[in-house]
Parts: sequence; structure tokens; C-alpha cells
Amino acid sequence: MSTQTRQMELEVMRYDPEKDDAPWFQTYSVPCMEDWVILDAINYVKDNLDTTLAYRWSCHMMVCGSCGMMVNGEPSLTCKTFIRDLPDKVRIEPLENFPIERDLVVVLDDVMQKLHQVQPYIIRKDDPPAEDKEYIQSRGALAKFKQLTMCINCMCCYAACPQYALNKDFIGPAALALAHRYNRDNRDQGKSDRLDILADHDGVWDCSFVGACSEVCPKHVDPAAAIQQMKVDGALEFWKQKMGIPGDKS
Amino acid sequence: MSRNPYVRPISTTTWYMRNGRYKVYVLRELTSFLVMFYSFLTIYGLAALAASAERWDTFLASQQSTAMIVFHGVALLYFLFFQTFPWFKLAPKAMPVQMGEKKLPDSYIIIGHYIAWLGVSVFILWLAGAF
Repeated sequence: MSTQTRQMELEVMRYDPEKDDAPWFQTYSVPCMEDWVILDAINYVKDNLDTTLAYRWSCHMMVCGSCGMMVNGEPSLTCKTFIRDLPDKVRIEPLENFPIERDLVVVLDDVMQKLHQVQPYIIRKDDPPAEDKEYIQSRGALAKFKQLTMCINCMCCYAACPQYALNKDFIGPAALALAHRYNRDNRDQGKSDRLDILADHDGVWDCSFVGACSEVCPKHVDPAAAIQQMKVDGALEFWKQKMGIPGDKS
Repeated sequence: MSRNPYVRPISTTTWYMRNGRYKVYVLRELTSFLVMFYSFLTIYGLAALAASAERWDTFLASQQSTAMIVFHGVALLYFLFFQTFPWFKLAPKAMPVQMGEKKLPDSYIIIGHYIAWLGVSVFILWLAGAF
């Protein structure tokens, strides 16, 4: 383990809902180890310099998805953002496009509701299998959506999305990618149930393929790709209906 | 303790200045103005063709002025860099081809698009009597 330290300036956005009218920046000078990630530096501030700083974190290993923040303007998972890749001065802000609850903590209620809205669970229309049986799935069928299961709901994609920034009704990248994950699962029969929400104005068609969501995704889920595939699916479904071909909505 | 979430303002007119990624996106979307221009130009050309042989010849001559040739050249480059190249690069995202457990490499889909593009271009040039 490295014992070399580098003095870094952390400009951290602060906001106290009981005192402040607007957020402001506080600078902390932090002696950072070269093998630290930004989250380590923030933890150092909390432990040694300022106990009032509020932020979310849990696993420190890219699993829980709770430490997403803006690092020098880029939506980042702070447990994955290494000090050695950054200049001596770093600006840390709460995720863009979300209301600030306090300091680096944002209000995620809107996205939680959207995740729920797309019915992210296996829906079956026929009888469930007998108690001692399971739904059989081939490795090829799993490969069709496995990448989409990697999402950890860090919401960096929403912070990167200019469509969501301008229109809060847009369902947004993570929730749409999650819907696509279940639509592509061959055990699921709920595609038609999700279609009304996904094909609606605030669904996939609000996405203009900026592609920022996929670029910032720390787990390489590629929500932009999922959304474009859903547009293709939606358009095919529309023409199937027009031509009287039985489709998912029938 | 009371809640009082702060909503950061966002400008509806200058939001794309926030980062380079958005600027490139807006430059891509601005090609729509060129699409509009070429739509009008085509309609104007068709109207000239329908009107008389002289009007059609005048239209053709107007497109061969130095200024128009430079304009068409710049428009072509702009389309190439902000539409064609990015579009083909993104094509595998919208239409992934899965074979068993593996995905067909993105490069195959991208190269396929370039070959199709070349084919269509040659066909149009043949239709136009280029060879």
C-alpha cells in the first residue's frame, strides 16, 4: 500500500436546508494517498475536518450505487473515481438534475417512482410452474439482457441526461433500461403491460440519443442502447398493429 | 429538522453549454437546418424542372457557382462528421445481432453500414448518369 500523500483541494458543495437560501462551496485541504478514490477523501473530511458534511455511501466497492456525485462536473461513482486520475483541485457537487436534500445528498423520490412505474419484475400471464419447478432459461436467452441487470441505481445516468434535466416527466435512462431488461427476459410475459408507459410521449421517444447516460455509466449498462432498441421494438409493434399482424399488444 | 430541498436552476436556452458532450450533440441536431435547406432546394429544383427547360437550366447553372459549390462541400463535410460517422458508429447499439450466447462484433455492423452506403451511393451516381 502506498504511503505517499498528495495535498488536494476539495471544493465541496454545501447546503443546509434550515439555514441556507442556496448552495455554496466549502474548500477542504485533504492529504490524499495516491491509491485513494474520491470517496476516501470525502470520508477523510467527515472523520477529521468537518463532521457536519452529509453524503451517502455504503459499500465502497461499486455495488450499492449510493455514492454517485458530480466530480469536476462529471457524474461519477466516487468509489470508482481515483485521486491519481484527477488534478490537485477537485470540485464535488451533488448529482445534477436532482433536488438537493442537504450537502451532497439528493432527493431521489422521482426516480424511485419511475422505477416502480415500469413494472420491473417478471409478469406471467399463464399459470406459474409447480412449486418444485423453476422457469428454465438458456444461457443464450440470459445473454440477451444480462448486461442490463448490472445497473446499481446510482443515477449517474439521470445526472448526465439533458432531456431529464429539461423535462422531469421523461421516464429516463435507468428506468427504461430496466424495463427493457424485463422485456427481453424470455420468462417474462408483461411486455404489453409496459408498452403503454414506454411508448408514451414521456417514454422512449423523449430520448434524442445524446448518449451521455451510457458514457457515464460506471457499470457499462448502456441505457442509450436499450432505449434505441425499445424504439425499434415500439415502431415494429406499431406497424404490426396497423397491418393486423398479432404482436405483443394483441 | 425540516425538509427544504433546493432545486438548481437550469437554463432552457443555454443548457448545452454545460459540457462538451452536449455541445457536440447540439451541433449534430443543427444538421436539421441543412436538411430543411436541401428539402426546399429539391422542391425548388423540381418546380424549375416542371416549369420549363430554361428555368431548369438556370437552376442547374445557379448550383454551379463557386459560392454554391463551396457551400455544398462544407455541408457535405458537416453531414459526414456530425451525422454519417456518428450514426454508423451508434448503429450497433440500436440493432445488436445476437448469435447464441455471443453478440456479433460491433465492427461487423458498422462495416456493413459503410458497404451499404457505398452501394447506394454508386447506384445513385449510376442513376444520375455519372458512368
